[in-house]
Amino acid sequence: MKPPPFQYYDPRTLADVVGLLGRLENAKLLAGGQSLMPMLNMRFVLPDHVIDLNRVDGLSYIRERDRALEIGAMTRQRDLEFSDVVRARCPLVHEAILEVGHRQTRNRGTIGGSLCHLDPAAELVSVAAALDATVTVAGPNGTREIAFADFPVAYMSPAIEPQEVLTEVRIPTWPPGHGYAFVEFSRRHGDFAIVSAAALIEADGSGKISRASVTLGGMGQGPVRARDVEQALLGQAPNEDLFREVCESCRAIEAMDDIHASAGYRQHLAAVLARRALTKAAARLQAAPSMH
Amino acid sequence: MSEKLDITLNINGRDYAIRVEPRKTLVDAIRDECGQTGTHIGCEHGVCGACTIILDDEAVRSCLMFAVQAVGKRIRTIEGLADGDTLHPLQRAFMEHHGLQCGFCTPGFLMLAANVLEQRPDIDDEELIDVLASNLCRCTGYQNIIKAVRAAAREMRGA
Repeated sequence: MKPPPFQYYDPRTLADVVGLLGRLENAKLLAGGQSLMPMLNMRFVLPDHVIDLNRVDGLSYIRERDRALEIGAMTRQRDLEFSDVVRARCPLVHEAILEVGHRQTRNRGTIGGSLCHLDPAAELVSVAAALDATVTVAGPNGTREIAFADFPVAYMSPAIEPQEVLTEVRIPTWPPGHGYAFVEFSRRHGDFAIVSAAALIEADGSGKISRASVTLGGMGQGPVRARDVEQALLGQAPNEDLFREVCESCRAIEAMDDIHASAGYRQHLAAVLARRALTKAAARLQAAPSMH
Repeated sequence: MSEKLDITLNINGRDYAIRVEPRKTLVDAIRDECGQTGTHIGCEHGVCGACTIILDDEAVRSCLMFAVQAVGKRIRTIEGLADGDTLHPLQRAFMEHHGLQCGFCTPGFLMLAANVLEQRPDIDDEELIDVLASNLCRCTGYQNIIKAVRAAAREMRGA
């Protein structure tokens, strides 16, 4: 099980990457390699050219600006895991990253690679949907931004043109004191989830839910926002009975059947995991200071 | 076949000048081109952890990297773990606690554990088990491996 032959390029600048993408046919970008290398070994992908992003300058950073985190595409998952600003401002990302593979794979795996690989059950993909992330891509005509909601276009297919490269992920932060949780069900720790749930809630001065985000991963070709659940939570005081009741609507979310689980079982998991995520998030929620 | 490249890998402080296709994985280059066969190849798709090495102070799976990507980096393999004839505390602990049987997974476990204990000598039990869960062993089982790593951790902390 060895990778097929290809021409290898290791550019040092983003401009060189875009230049190479513009002139090479059937090229594949190599980020952390933790998904691409197995796919090459199994001959699921047969690129003529591999463009390695690991020596490109300026694609690895985490910075806070305008109530958002800006994260370079080549930032390692391990850097996210141990980042103080991520833990403080986006604790959901921190909680989810602990479920991504294992230490050795997080040492190499990148946020940009994970989002572009776009496995429907990948933790970072769900988190990007939950937090309404935006991605920046660079191509021959400059850069453009894509809302993450528009990013998955088909199974494992992101809305990126063949000549484009993802450069940055922008994650709007929630205010201090918000509730958050990421929970998943997988057969073994470190595996992709069969179903995962990410929950974020914010409360007003009276303790009622003023904003909610509930995302299910692993259901279909991309993460699904449970809009019915989000709507039903607004204006309510967080409690277990409420969560149990509103999460029943998750059983109606379309789900896929595969070797790992039936659609019906995924729908069952969706309702259970959404409730667990909300319960955990509510326990962490601190009410906004009263205006009176 | 694609064109071969002349590269130098630094393994355990020694330079190896080799000629490889870009598609050659790091583990294959370490074993076949550099002759350091202590690093084992298991699943070749990043699941079993047998090929774990330390690359610039981070444990990585050497089947999920190309050799050309390791140019200019410090590679540590099982051959460099002992200090001459003196075994590393982890190696001794694996012997004392029967942390190996067939030995196939052992180099990967040792390099993973060495990296973790060097970075986090005071790692707590829950986190240690979480880290070790990334590698597969199919004969001894995990209890003795965990016991061995715990014992080595105590020794390395000087307790």
